[in-house]
Amino acid sequence: MKKFIITVVGHDTVGIIAKVCTYLAGIQVNILDISQTIVDGYFNMMMIVDAGNVEDVTKMSGGLSALGEEIGVIIRCQHEDIFNMMHRV
Amino acid sequence: MINIQEVLETNKMIEQENLDVRTITLGISLLDCMDSDLEALKKNIYQKITETAKDLVATGQAIESQYGIPIVNKRISVTPIALVGGAACRTSEDYVELAKVLDRAAKTAGVNFLGGFSALVSKGMTKSDELLMRAIPEALAQTGRVCSSVNLGSTKTGIDMDAVKLMGEIIKETAELTKDQDSLGCAKLVVFCNAPDDNPFMAGAFHGVTEADAVIHVGVSGPGVVKTALSGVRGENFEVLCETIKKTAFKVTRVGQLVAQEASRRMGIPFGIIDLSLAPTPAVGDSVAEILEEIGLEYAGAPGTTAALALLNDQVKKGGVMASSYVGGLSGAFIPVSEDQGMIDAVQAGALTLEKLEAMTCVCSVGLDMIAIPGDTSPATISGIIADEMAIGMVNQKTTAVRLIPVIGKKVGEMVEFGGLLGYAPIMPVNPCSCEAFINRGGRIPAPIHSFKN
Repeated sequence: MKKFIITVVGHDTVGIIAKVCTYLAGIQVNILDISQTIVDGYFNMMMIVDAGNVEDVTKMSGGLSALGEEIGVIIRCQHEDIFNMMHRV
Repeated sequence: MINIQEVLETNKMIEQENLDVRTITLGISLLDCMDSDLEALKKNIYQKITETAKDLVATGQAIESQYGIPIVNKRISVTPIALVGGAACRTSEDYVELAKVLDRAAKTAGVNFLGGFSALVSKGMTKSDELLMRAIPEALAQTGRVCSSVNLGSTKTGIDMDAVKLMGEIIKETAELTKDQDSLGCAKLVVFCNAPDDNPFMAGAFHGVTEADAVIHVGVSGPGVVKTALSGVRGENFEVLCETIKKTAFKVTRVGQLVAQEASRRMGIPFGIIDLSLAPTPAVGDSVAEILEEIGLEYAGAPGTTAALALLNDQVKKGGVMASSYVGGLSGAFIPVSEDQGMIDAVQAGALTLEKLEAMTCVCSVGLDMIAIPGDTSPATISGIIADEMAIGMVNQKTTAVRLIPVIGKKVGEMVEFGGLLGYAPIMPVNPCSCEAFINRGGRIPAPIHSFKN
């Protein structure tokens, strides 16, 4: 399993989750967990996904960030290890 | 499992507080390139560097993309060239030729700086060392990416005052040869006492002879992250202050550890050390001086600055040491003037002087760094400033360094612009009293009594 964390930050609009999920389904990425919160009036969503089927991670990151520009939100995709390292001893 | 608050905290550090990995530095030994024929040596050096570093930049970019963390610089350090060129170089011009080869290799590898045009002369200079040192001004004027350093003393050996005297002259000559660019050559030249073998930061990086054939060092950063964390504990006591710095340093260093391990795995080159230094940039919010202000000083340089810097440096180390399997290099807080907006502001406000900076170097990781001084400062005065700084390092068993820029044609109060990460700086006044007779004595200052531990 190759776990990545996808975060979406921006103004809440209709269909953000649907569009992100559709994109992920198209590249064979399985969603393991979704959570969301509102910080300073901004919509923050976090997805934990399994990108085990993705060969080119840079391409996936690029695709997600392009999708974000299309919807008008910022989408980032990062390997889970950066968060594990920083927040777990 | 990771929760959303932790994810948001990390991404806020990256996006708003300038958290980044400052450099992945690939150290390459050139000892196996030695040859008595200059052309063969040049060919060997170029091949070794370009072959070993061929994947460095691409690997850095792939790691940036995988973890979403910026890696600002990819750099190379090599064995001190005075050791490598000893058999082939008969003149200083020969060493300038080697500098040009290093410059070409750095360009091919795609790195912005390559360190190691260096000599280690803490007890004395060989003929080769002296030829290299005399080649520094031309080498730095004729190349763009090569950085030079000279180790002039150590706690174990004392200070080589002949070399200190020579370096005062060399710094001045470097300034003259690059006067069209505000004496930029001097920004690529640093002198040390107790220089570490595994420093990943420029201009002082070189690959020491105690190191393996190739090794990856990582320099982290994050003054902005520390400053933001401290803004949450304003008015709290020193215990809370220190704990906050320590925890933040831990988190910052963990990112460096991750990047270092991943770079090592991808390139098949051993991981050396993480350098824990808080390295500022001219960007607002990426400043060590702003941390000192957040601790409670009106400006860096105000009374209390040395104490505040001492605790900052110590807590960064305490937090960082546990976060990494190997810590080395300089590891502490850098206090360059031109590369730190808060320091620049402090100088302009009249709060920060050369003498106060010297006191600050007693408790932080490096020394008098990126300080612009008047272009008419004499070589002997520059040597005197260097000698003072070397003495602090020698007696306190720590690394100290001097990177002064005598800006030819400029006077106190004028500004000088270096550009990019090197920033800009106001010219600072230097004590006008002469130290010529002291510098002209020649010879060595013996090692201090507490160095005899055998």
